[in-house]
Amino acid sequence: MAQLPKGETAPRDGLIPKVFDSSSNTFHVYVHVPYCLTRCGYCDFNTYTASELGNHSRDEYFQLVLREIAFSKKVITDSGISAKPISTVFFGGGTPTLLAAEQLVEILEGLRNTFGIVEGAEITTEANPDSVSMEYLTILREAGFNRISFGMQSAVDHVLKILERTHNPENVAKNVAIAKSLGFQTSVDLIYGTPGELISDWKLSLDTAVDLGTDHISAYSLIVEPGTKLHRQVLSGELAAPDEDLHAEMYELAEKTLTASGFSNYEVSNWSKSYETASRHNIAYWKSQDWWGYGPGAHSHISGVRFWNVKHPAAYAERILAGDSPALERELVDEENRMIEKVMLELRLAEGMDLEWLKKQGFASGHVISELIAEQLVDGVKALQGRLVLTNRGRLLSDLVIRKVLNY
Amino acid sequence: MLQLTGVVDDRSMRAQYLDRMDIERERGITIKSQAVRMPWELAGTTYALNMIDTPGHVDFTYEVSRSLAACEGAVLLVDAAQGIEAQTLANLYLALENDLHIIPVLNKIDLPAAQPDKYAEELANLIGGNPEDCLRVSGKTGVGVDQLLDRIVQTVPHPVGDPNAPARAMIFDSVYDTYRGVVTYVRMVDGSLSAREKITMMSTKAVHELLEIGVSSPEPEPTKGLAVGEVGYLITGVKDVRQSKVGDTVTTVTKPATQALKGYSEPKPMVFSGIYPIDGSDYPNLREALDKLKLSDASLVYEPETSVALGFGFRCGFLGLLHLEIITERLEREFGLDLIATAPSVVYEVTMEDKKEITVTNPSEFPTGKVSKILEPIVRATILTPKDYVGTIMELCQARRGVMLDMQYFGTDRVQLRYDMPLAEIVFDFFDNLKSRTQGYASLDYEENGLAQGDLVKVDILLQGEQVDAFSAIVHRDKAYSYGVMMTGKLRELIPRQQFEVPIQAAVGSRIIARETIRAMRKDVLAKCYGGDISRKRKLLEKQKEGKKRMKMVGRVEVPQEAFIAALSTDGEKKGEKKGK
Repeated sequence: MAQLPKGETAPRDGLIPKVFDSSSNTFHVYVHVPYCLTRCGYCDFNTYTASELGNHSRDEYFQLVLREIAFSKKVITDSGISAKPISTVFFGGGTPTLLAAEQLVEILEGLRNTFGIVEGAEITTEANPDSVSMEYLTILREAGFNRISFGMQSAVDHVLKILERTHNPENVAKNVAIAKSLGFQTSVDLIYGTPGELISDWKLSLDTAVDLGTDHISAYSLIVEPGTKLHRQVLSGELAAPDEDLHAEMYELAEKTLTASGFSNYEVSNWSKSYETASRHNIAYWKSQDWWGYGPGAHSHISGVRFWNVKHPAAYAERILAGDSPALERELVDEENRMIEKVMLELRLAEGMDLEWLKKQGFASGHVISELIAEQLVDGVKALQGRLVLTNRGRLLSDLVIRKVLNY
Repeated sequence: MLQLTGVVDDRSMRAQYLDRMDIERERGITIKSQAVRMPWELAGTTYALNMIDTPGHVDFTYEVSRSLAACEGAVLLVDAAQGIEAQTLANLYLALENDLHIIPVLNKIDLPAAQPDKYAEELANLIGGNPEDCLRVSGKTGVGVDQLLDRIVQTVPHPVGDPNAPARAMIFDSVYDTYRGVVTYVRMVDGSLSAREKITMMSTKAVHELLEIGVSSPEPEPTKGLAVGEVGYLITGVKDVRQSKVGDTVTTVTKPATQALKGYSEPKPMVFSGIYPIDGSDYPNLREALDKLKLSDASLVYEPETSVALGFGFRCGFLGLLHLEIITERLEREFGLDLIATAPSVVYEVTMEDKKEITVTNPSEFPTGKVSKILEPIVRATILTPKDYVGTIMELCQARRGVMLDMQYFGTDRVQLRYDMPLAEIVFDFFDNLKSRTQGYASLDYEENGLAQGDLVKVDILLQGEQVDAFSAIVHRDKAYSYGVMMTGKLRELIPRQQFEVPIQAAVGSRIIARETIRAMRKDVLAKCYGGDISRKRKLLEKQKEGKKRMKMVGRVEVPQEAFIAALSTDGEKKGEKKGK
């Protein structure tokens, strides 16, 4: 996120008011690693290259995270919330694999020692195809990591060049194969709609990704985020602005290609080979479970409170070393907004939502549902069976469907 | 004058002192007449001069004529850098009609571009006399202003009137003041009025007590009374604007006059437009605001109207385009309303084949049956221009169905062109066109000149088959196609894509003459929605919900208010003409 949301100032002690009894929620962890070797032109994530860091040292970062882990346990306990063992861990960035494998393992061990990790928990790290190796991945696997998500983006040179992705495409295939051989679940991320990308380019990327034999594929349309180099290039006319109609066509091609290759869509932008290989960590976000996000700019959601940390690694380090909460701001999500968020997130999932529940909340009147069915935005048969599920067309217009269901 | 006579001290003085409205000061024009009383001493005698500062623009001729009827003389101010304009002629004509003594004055002689000799010559040609009789002043530096005041005292006749007759005061203006209620401006024609006296309005017979009586100098200054010939104001505490009608005669209860003064003829609205609040709940506020403006602007007429697309509003009649623009701007500014005004239309007299006659002020009310003839208002337009632009102006007038009457030279450079032209053509961005073709040098004045039969049709605009009443227009048959293409094209740009395809059609009767299509929106989804996106995403949804409130539904199509406003506004610059003074 280039921009953090706007909320109320978070308290220095980090204590969490109990807005909502989340004792039946599962507990999840996100660890942000805010470093990259170079910044890609499209990226607005909270990440920094060496020259942008000032005095802050990447090598000491894992120790800051370990401190925040200890701090989080204290905050949860002091807030009267019962600490639970962790169901999923996700290392994202930035580029988590810029840290030494041993440092990632240290953090995972810190989490295990502090909260405990449930049997069979999903433990993922994102990986740059260039920054891992057989040796690196072996260390992770032995420490309990079991899922690797590779940033592939595209198989086409001119597309990677516009995105300013520097990785060698051959390393994707090589490292996916190594990961698979070590027993990891694997996933690749793809981006479509890059300026200059043709439908045939996208088709090649999809086919290449399918041939890797991963369990999971995510595909995101390119968003030109304000403040990025790509945004400036589009504004100046150097690059063409993304065409939403072409995006729609590319999305439809992804759905067609992936479905034909044994994947099935389980969330707007995510496909997996089976229910078991869907990203359980991401599903936790969409089902409004509890999670703590560690590191600069990371977001947490605990018992109905959303809070987010200061953005810059140096500011983060300063707070952590002072023993203060790194949380910058927070939002106490009230009952009404919790319901709105639920619709906003769960309608994106292939399983859809219970119509009975929606009606009880005053959402999704019969008239609206019938209109959505008529416009082929939701599945008519499933609606009759009591589930509100988006059609393929509805997935592309899901924000519109969400607004209609919420009576906006 | 205000400074020289001492009624406004140097410290309080500012440009356009009497133009009280922000809108007047911003545009450098006068909309509302302002009365002011100034003392001036000549040869040992002090005289009280009652002056009224009037607008110059053609739309406010009514305002000018009311003021002229309350006066004995007129100072004809001509900009020494711009010379005589079409509106100068119009106002001069009015003054002469009222048998007023005219004092020709060239103002702004301090400007580098001033050509006083040239324009003095033109003025002398126009009103007779010598160029030397024309005074030369600068309001900015004060040069020549004292001679002008002397000249006024010397040449303008003293008021005539019987001081002992029953009181008769002519109401020439009235305004609503939030704190004091209705303030009525009068000219004492006969007799006198004094404070605490009971007065009666001769047309309504309503009786009020005079709570305050006074003169404007130029701030209100209470006095014991007003004597014959004086100009001043009355306050009765009345809040209802209709109680104090411009043109009415005020007399006293104890010694009433029997004969009312000859009032003013009611001005006839020439241009109509539907005015709608953007927020439907503002409708009562809009009504109240119109009632208040009506008090000080008798020429404003309105009646309730409903539009399928725009909801509840008012059909308002205006004297012209500038008047329309000023009123809508005042409604928005002084009453805090957000408004949409539909495209201006004129009044058509439609005769059906069954001899039924219908007056159409709103294109959407145009009858659907068999029409035998349509009469439209014609105006006699006078255009004054430097001679280099004659060609381009003739071209424009011809394209606007103008019939040329004559062409006349004033001096060596300036030409007057006269045309008979349908008012509807002038209403539709004629003035902008005229100004841009002549780099702003040409000026325009027009007066009603009866009705003429026109080959006119109504063009409707349909969104997904639903007629949008606000976009219907009555145009000449030859221009129906270009209007249709223009409007459908504009709407295609302005209306956001919907989840279905939206055809936009222009039709004359059942015949489609132009068509555009808004393609269906195919994608409306945020690709990524993970932990950190959730708060932002929800806030975005809330914003979209707010945005939806500014949408009007036409059938199933969501049309943003902005699209209505943009589609209804004519292109080009704002149409405010500077007053030559």
